[in-house]
Amino acid sequence: MVVTRRLFLAASLCVVLGAHAQERFITVASTTSTEQSGLFGYLLPIYEQQTSVKVRVVALGTGQALDVARRGDADVVFVHARTAEEKFLAEGHGVKRYPVMYNDFVLIGPKNDPAKVGGGKDIVVALKKLEAAKAPFVSRGDRSGTHMAELDLWKASGIDIDKTRGAWYRDTGQGMGPALNTAASMGAYILSDRGTWLAFKNRGDLTILVEGDKRLFNQYGVMLVNPVTHPSVKKALGQQFIDWIISPAGQRAIAGYKINGEQLFYPNAGDSNA
Amino acid sequence: MSDLSQAAAEALRLIVGGDPKLLDIVLLSLRVSLTAVVFACVVGLPLGATVAVSRFPGRRTVVVVLNAFMGLPPVVVGLLVYLLLSRAGPLGAMGLLFTPTAMVIAQAILITPIIAALSRQVVEDAWAEYRDQLRSLGERRFGAVMTMLWDLRFSLVIIVLAGFGRAAAEVGAVMIVGGNIDGVTRVMTTAIALETSKGDLPLALGLGIVLLTIVLALNAAADIVKDTAQRRYG
Amino acid sequence: MTSAMRAPRSLLPLRLDDVVFAIGVRRVIDRVSLTLEAGRRTVIVGPNGAGKSVLLRLCHGLLQPTSGTIAWNALELPGEPRRQAMVFQRPVLLRRSALANIVYALAVARVRTEHREARAREALRKVGLDPLATHPARVLSGGEQQRVALARAWALNPEVLFLDEPTANLDPGATHEIERVIGAMHAAGTKIVLVTHNLGQARRLGDEILFLHQGRLLERASADRFFKQPASPEAAQFLEGELPW
Repeated sequence: MVVTRRLFLAASLCVVLGAHAQERFITVASTTSTEQSGLFGYLLPIYEQQTSVKVRVVALGTGQALDVARRGDADVVFVHARTAEEKFLAEGHGVKRYPVMYNDFVLIGPKNDPAKVGGGKDIVVALKKLEAAKAPFVSRGDRSGTHMAELDLWKASGIDIDKTRGAWYRDTGQGMGPALNTAASMGAYILSDRGTWLAFKNRGDLTILVEGDKRLFNQYGVMLVNPVTHPSVKKALGQQFIDWIISPAGQRAIAGYKINGEQLFYPNAGDSNA
Repeated sequence: MSDLSQAAAEALRLIVGGDPKLLDIVLLSLRVSLTAVVFACVVGLPLGATVAVSRFPGRRTVVVVLNAFMGLPPVVVGLLVYLLLSRAGPLGAMGLLFTPTAMVIAQAILITPIIAALSRQVVEDAWAEYRDQLRSLGERRFGAVMTMLWDLRFSLVIIVLAGFGRAAAEVGAVMIVGGNIDGVTRVMTTAIALETSKGDLPLALGLGIVLLTIVLALNAAADIVKDTAQRRYG
Repeated sequence: MTSAMRAPRSLLPLRLDDVVFAIGVRRVIDRVSLTLEAGRRTVIVGPNGAGKSVLLRLCHGLLQPTSGTIAWNALELPGEPRRQAMVFQRPVLLRRSALANIVYALAVARVRTEHREARAREALRKVGLDPLATHPARVLSGGEQQRVALARAWALNPEVLFLDEPTANLDPGATHEIERVIGAMHAAGTKIVLVTHNLGQARRLGDEILFLHQGRLLERASADRFFKQPASPEAAQFLEGELPW
């Protein structure tokens, strides 16, 4: 009995450990919004078929993704919070930031729109109305790119959200999908990236109320984690992935991802201001 | 609730459809949790039995701690193992983070206290009956531990099943140390979490039903094996 | 193989000097001194609560005395095969076949692997149970289980065999079988130390009687004399069946 148990142990150990020993792969720390929009599910098989390099995406909030990279646990970061990314570079954890693509944020809310923000194109006006009406609003609260964009927009509206938040401001500390679930179940307003919204299936009573404002612009950037400060980083393979995603082929692939005929992300690697 | 009937339909579609991705996820879940259970038994069963048959200063504290650790929050274990295996951590050079091995480690840590604490109780309950006879024969601690474990094997089966159930059901630890990477570290529970957060509740529930079915089947199989063996040995 | 051939020094005589066993303030064994010699079958009798089982366990090493000394003629070192054995009132058998139970005991006693099964079968044969060798031990009847326990003890070829009320739960037929085996073991050279509350059994099996009462050894005599003329009033009352529990 003891012998068979030991054999089983050894066998399972081999199976578990050996499985990933052979293939070439990189680890990309990215955001839940990119994962949940389905972009990677579409993009990565194209890359993997061309290069035989597997891309393993760990999907976290932007803050957490950058932290994972700071610890050297990822080779590449692919997030959407420019300020945080530049801080990351300044700290010496990244090599160079390349703009990749953008999508936009949309203000989602209940169809019956108690705060009457719908139809407008001005996000600042809408946020002011929400705050005045103390309408229920769900925040990501998780240091993600979306969360940081939300905080920036409150600031742009002249609202000190830390001071005026009350029971109407629901700080959930969740990813985009769970936060949308929460908003749907309580009929609240929420800021979401368009990609996750388009892929989201549990909409309940929610719909897009405000969109198109330039300030709702959501830029994605990609960086190689610094192999000098983190020697375990797969420098060549990581750079190969970055090179592809900003290349015309990669950019075409990004533009090719659609849900119900609608494009989710707009490639803009050529835009040096992004 | 229409969600439930949709979920049942999804579950059926998944099981019958034989989706290869789903099969991969199921197999990985079983591999990870079963391996973790094996490790947990190798450590936990002798540990529990040894505490059961021994008297030493601080024994009560050990028992209390073992019992308390049964309630270790998976997400806390996940976090601790993550810090251990991260490149910035002490075992970073092994490159185990975001691999199934990391998940096995986290789950093994999670369920070893369960196996140890429960086997301690089972062995201790029986020890009163066995103690004098085994000592009379000249058995010493290690021999007594092994003999007790084998003699109580039918009662221990349910403990092993409890450990496996806990492992197969948890999501907190494997999410953190595995990263829920598609095709690499995505297991049933993290897949369910992902579909839930994407708002695809019928699919999430469907996966949940599949998971439950598998665990049920495993328990049924264990019961049959145990019953047959028990009838032979009494 | 007799004990004289196997061991350089016999375990016996066993000397108990002023042995006390107390639980809290209550003395279960109260300053007992005695010497157990080889040869004669020693039977310990007394009313319930006299401390008979405890005395047996003290001798066998399952309990440590609170004070006083228990000294064998030869030391049994920890880790070495035991040279004494004990049969309990309720047989404790493992969830294995009858044969496997005995083989297990032989393994603990570090008997060489190639000899174990043969010796185990021989022991089962001596107690008349070889047809049941492959039966799971725990599904056997009470009498059969006790015989397996006895066979297990016999297979170990002990110098001393302690028995704690071995037939208390058995019917007369099974009791007779057990007594037969005990007699055979004695004939083969094993010292018998038996606790019983069955006076008929004491008469049948005892060469000498130790009478225990409230933890004290009140009387020690040959069986003949004890049953004809008990020296102490308590013993007389006990034999009349008048002694309170």
